[in-house]
Amino acid sequence: MPMKPLSRRGFLNGTAAAVGAASLGTLPFQAQADGHGLTVGFIYVGPRDDFGYNQAHAEGAAAVAMMDGVTVVEEENVAETVDVQNAMESMINFDGASLIFPTSFGYFDPHILEVAPNYPDVRFQHAAGLWSADLHPMNVGSYFGYIGMGQYLNGITAGHATTSKKLGFVAAIPIPQVLLNINSFLLGARQVDPEITCQVIFTGSWSNAVREAEATNALADAGCDVITCHVDGPKVVIETAAGRGSYVCGYHADQTSLAPELYLTGAEWNWANVYTSMVQTAMDGGSIPNFVRGGLSEDFIKMSPLGPAVSDASRAQFEATKAEILAGGFAAIRGPLMSNTGTEILSAGEALVETDIALESMDYLVEGVIGSTS
Amino acid sequence: MNELGIWTIPIAVLGGAIRVSTPFLFVSLGEVLTERSGRINLGLEGTLVIGAMVGYAAAYLTGSAWLGVLAAALAGSIFGLIHGLICSMPRVNDIAIGIAMMILGTGLAFYFGKNYVQPVAPDLPAIPFGWWSNIPQLQAALNVNVLFLIGAVAAFAMWWMFKSTRVGLVIRVVGDSTDAARAMGLRPNVIRTFATMAGGAFAGIGGAYLSLFYPGSWNEGISSGQGLMAVALVIFARWNPVACFGAALLFGGAGALGPSLQSAGFSQGYHLFFAAPYILTLGVLIATSSTTRALTGAPGELSITK
Repeated sequence: MPMKPLSRRGFLNGTAAAVGAASLGTLPFQAQADGHGLTVGFIYVGPRDDFGYNQAHAEGAAAVAMMDGVTVVEEENVAETVDVQNAMESMINFDGASLIFPTSFGYFDPHILEVAPNYPDVRFQHAAGLWSADLHPMNVGSYFGYIGMGQYLNGITAGHATTSKKLGFVAAIPIPQVLLNINSFLLGARQVDPEITCQVIFTGSWSNAVREAEATNALADAGCDVITCHVDGPKVVIETAAGRGSYVCGYHADQTSLAPELYLTGAEWNWANVYTSMVQTAMDGGSIPNFVRGGLSEDFIKMSPLGPAVSDASRAQFEATKAEILAGGFAAIRGPLMSNTGTEILSAGEALVETDIALESMDYLVEGVIGSTS
Repeated sequence: MNELGIWTIPIAVLGGAIRVSTPFLFVSLGEVLTERSGRINLGLEGTLVIGAMVGYAAAYLTGSAWLGVLAAALAGSIFGLIHGLICSMPRVNDIAIGIAMMILGTGLAFYFGKNYVQPVAPDLPAIPFGWWSNIPQLQAALNVNVLFLIGAVAAFAMWWMFKSTRVGLVIRVVGDSTDAARAMGLRPNVIRTFATMAGGAFAGIGGAYLSLFYPGSWNEGISSGQGLMAVALVIFARWNPVACFGAALLFGGAGALGPSLQSAGFSQGYHLFFAAPYILTLGVLIATSSTTRALTGAPGELSITK
């Protein structure tokens, strides 16, 4: 965390978390102001070592920090409020950052959109945002990975492992990426057995340990015997589910060590590859495309090693499907497909391949998912 | 839906009441002890977090969850001691110090806790009170942690202490009237400092429960404001330790409503279910409110009632 003069922002970060972290954070990186090197800022919504979303990004930032001529400034526990605007302005004005990665979904609208027009020379790269050329400034970019494919592969191992034919999903907030993950997980499992259903519980928050534990217990109580999640820090869900004897599929990062016997596989980010190539482009004077996406074949995402509970049949189907995805043009969402409220999403023959932009405005749960988006 | 149908909800609420209530119980017992002596310690949220961190770290380093609980209690009592000593100085406002201690506690816990997010520490043991049942959900709900039982016993013991023992009387006198306490030859500041210290130890144990049993790991979001809610519970429970036990159970059980209703198929409007503890609290407060007995049970020397 960078040393910075006492600013209004210091006070505005009114949460105990931010004050604590700002006053007692890790050793400062010195901001480079000589004009030669590139200063890159990373902003995280939670702690950098949460076994999940923020850790995945921070591992990417750590890879960037190893590059020559690059200075990395980081700030963690930044709320999706005016706090992030202050964090970005501080990185620009005090640390001289010219490339910023605000990594949380809720940072985009209105915060990045508010700040970006004032700093046309700074590039804002937002994870998961829906950047569009007609609506948004050109110095803002959006990047994300097709991690729904990872949840589809998770679903295949889950479909083989389940005996109750009921899967569980602890989800944070029903945004399109989360809904795509839930749907992909179930559709993957249904490649094994079309009878399988998936119960989803929304916690309403990216990080709330007690509620995640309660949700996981509720899923186990409801008979779900394979559980996965989409929350910022999957540690609590994985440990609680394993404690109840359920199989688990990981998310964001590798959680094998939390449940070595019951961990099937996991959908992980590979941000180190993505960030270093973007920063290299910026250093070489090139321009980073405004809209960057990638999946398994582009090394944006990867799968955890398969666990000991994965059967041979499961492994075979997993590897075959993975090869199909790697070949490109794979569609997890394909017709005929109904939503769980009974409306038709795709008719027979239609398909949304992994790169289809329509997937990024998903607002439905498919038939077989027990739960509601509101 | 499974074969239990609608019965999953009461079972989940029962389980939630047992699982989630313990931190609320310990923090509110600690706060009752402190407030009965005439001081408010708003810093117990920070103490809860530092207790969670220290407990986890100590359990990981020593390999014993119980040593973790002990270390958490010790850390909590040090925080209580600091609060108590600073508030013993003239013209110091206990609420302001409490807020400062809350920020200090969370900040220190986040700073020193960085290295303990990844390791896995041993858990506290649980007693399977559900052995008689063949319903796995009920067995899981009745997996009761020892700290919950200790907390329940402590609530009744504290109630008895205030009612029938000399120590309880001394704390009550100091809390109700500094002048009367002085006239009796008591030293209010010393007694308040000890009460705050003991209160801090309770909150520290509550924190150890969070990181060592449920949810059972240390991370920076572990408390999510439970310490603050527990301080508010004290007023709700009218400074009565046994009522604190009831209030903590109510809060824990209501907190389980959100997930269990969703798992039973009531998935619309889950945000409202998550607000259940607060709506319930408001409802109970309104139902039991009175214009004539608004401050019944409140210690006379509390800065909010003076």
